[in-house]
Amino acid sequence: MPVVTMTVNGEARSAEVEGRTLLVEFLRNHLGLTGTHVGCDTTQCGCCTVHVNGVAIKSCTALAVALDGAAVTTIEGLAQNGKLHPMQEAFREHHALQCGFCTPGMIMSAIDMVRRNGHALDERTVRKQLEGNICRCTGYHNIVTAVQAGAAAMKGQ
Amino acid sequence: MYAFDYHQPKSVDEAAQMLGAKPEPKLLAGGMSLLPTLKLRLAQYTDLVDLSAIDSIKGIERDGDALVIGAMTRHVEVATSDTVKRAIPALTTLAGGIGDPLVRNRGTMGGSIANADPAADYPSAVLGLGATVITDKRQIAGDDFFKGLFETALEPGEIVMAVRYPVPLQAAYIKYPNPASRFALVGVFVARTAAGVRVAVTGAGPCVFRLTDAEALLAKNFSAAALENFTVKPDGLNADIHATAEYRAHAVAVMLKRAVAAAGGNT
Ligand SMILES: Cc1cc2nc3c(=O)[nH]c(=O)nc-3n(C[C@H](O)[C@H](O)[C@H](O)COP(=O)(O)OP(=O)(O)OC[C@H]3O[C@@H](n4cnc5c(N)ncnc54)[C@H](O)[C@@H]3O)c2cc1C
Ligand code: FES
Ligand code: FES
Repeated sequence: MPVVTMTVNGEARSAEVEGRTLLVEFLRNHLGLTGTHVGCDTTQCGCCTVHVNGVAIKSCTALAVALDGAAVTTIEGLAQNGKLHPMQEAFREHHALQCGFCTPGMIMSAIDMVRRNGHALDERTVRKQLEGNICRCTGYHNIVTAVQAGAAAMKGQ
Repeated sequence: MYAFDYHQPKSVDEAAQMLGAKPEPKLLAGGMSLLPTLKLRLAQYTDLVDLSAIDSIKGIERDGDALVIGAMTRHVEVATSDTVKRAIPALTTLAGGIGDPLVRNRGTMGGSIANADPAADYPSAVLGLGATVITDKRQIAGDDFFKGLFETALEPGEIVMAVRYPVPLQAAYIKYPNPASRFALVGVFVARTAAGVRVAVTGAGPCVFRLTDAEALLAKNFSAAALENFTVKPDGLNADIHATAEYRAHAVAVMLKRAVAAAGGNT
């Protein structure tokens, strides 16, 4: 079986995987990083969103072997020295979650959104850019507010 | 997913050799259509041949009166390319409206046209612009490429390398997205080119198709007004939980008028 090595949240991590092992399975089952969630079988919900080489993707729809050598950031890699990332802090502050199942994916997507669209995000942009992330609890209102606040707070980072 | 062996060739030749040597191989591009199918065990292959490490089939280039887009160019790259926006802004809109940002970060143009989903966006641009599909074996005219439901002119083992889109005089793509999947409930690509007017419709039938009677009206007068009394017959159009054939027929005419207006046709 192939051995893959990735830099995950800044640390080199290796494991023996099958050709069919998904990135999310590598993260959750092999590395024990269970903050990345699986909410669907159809590549639609975005709960599994992580950053691969700085770009947000759905980790349930990528093969681990194909990403040998990649740098991956998961929700566990955002806080620094015990301090939440500004986007995490904004979700907490604005009460942007209820059950929290979609939240890791929302936050990883939101940070990628800032990379692509900058720090001043209007409501329409946030809603359009979150089309790949589904939340069945909140009704999105507080998520949108949190993303706008988090984006602005990231400017000072 | 059923088990398979994974390969990552570095060139198109190497990929073609692998496809010829394995019992039941399948090409993997962005994986946004293939991997969900495999996860649901709707298909089984012995070997997946991943095109993602082949640099020669990535990228966007303006070549005279055409835009050449490599098969492994991701939707996000087309959606954000200045070269595309200057040459064929309708393609910017089309690529930027595929799925969601996470899908666009992975999915590729070549994968989209090879897959030939009846509700996919790219096939309407290939047909609507009269583009040419360049494979490792030959060149295929856009008019001959799409054959039916998930069916193309590609032979087993044939690899799409790029598509050559002629730059039109005017063009626009308007889709009515399915609110859940963002696939086209119906999508209409209209183009006024040096060779005439072309209208391609996706989402409405089993396969992308041209609307020749609308093309004839628009050739005389490229304006939404020319389509005032234009209607589409529902015969043969898709009917499913999302929409009836009558609904789709109506939506095609509406999207077509909007597309002509967006392309800058006189109103
Ligand atoms: C949630 C979601 C929403 C989506 N919404 C839309 C949408 O709104 N509009 C839309 O058009 N699409 C949509 N898609 C599909 C998406 O655009 C896919 O990216 C695309 O259909 C397939 O491209 P891929 O690169 O991911 O190919 P893959 O999934 O890797 O491959 C698809 C097929 O093409 C074959 N193939 C790939 N590359 C080549 C090549 N170079 N030569 C020959 N054969 C090849 C593969 O063998 C396979 O059969 C959506 C997908 C998802 C998951
Ligand atoms: S688990 Fe739903 S998109 Fe990945
Ligand atoms: S908070 Fe429950 S799914 Fe979003």
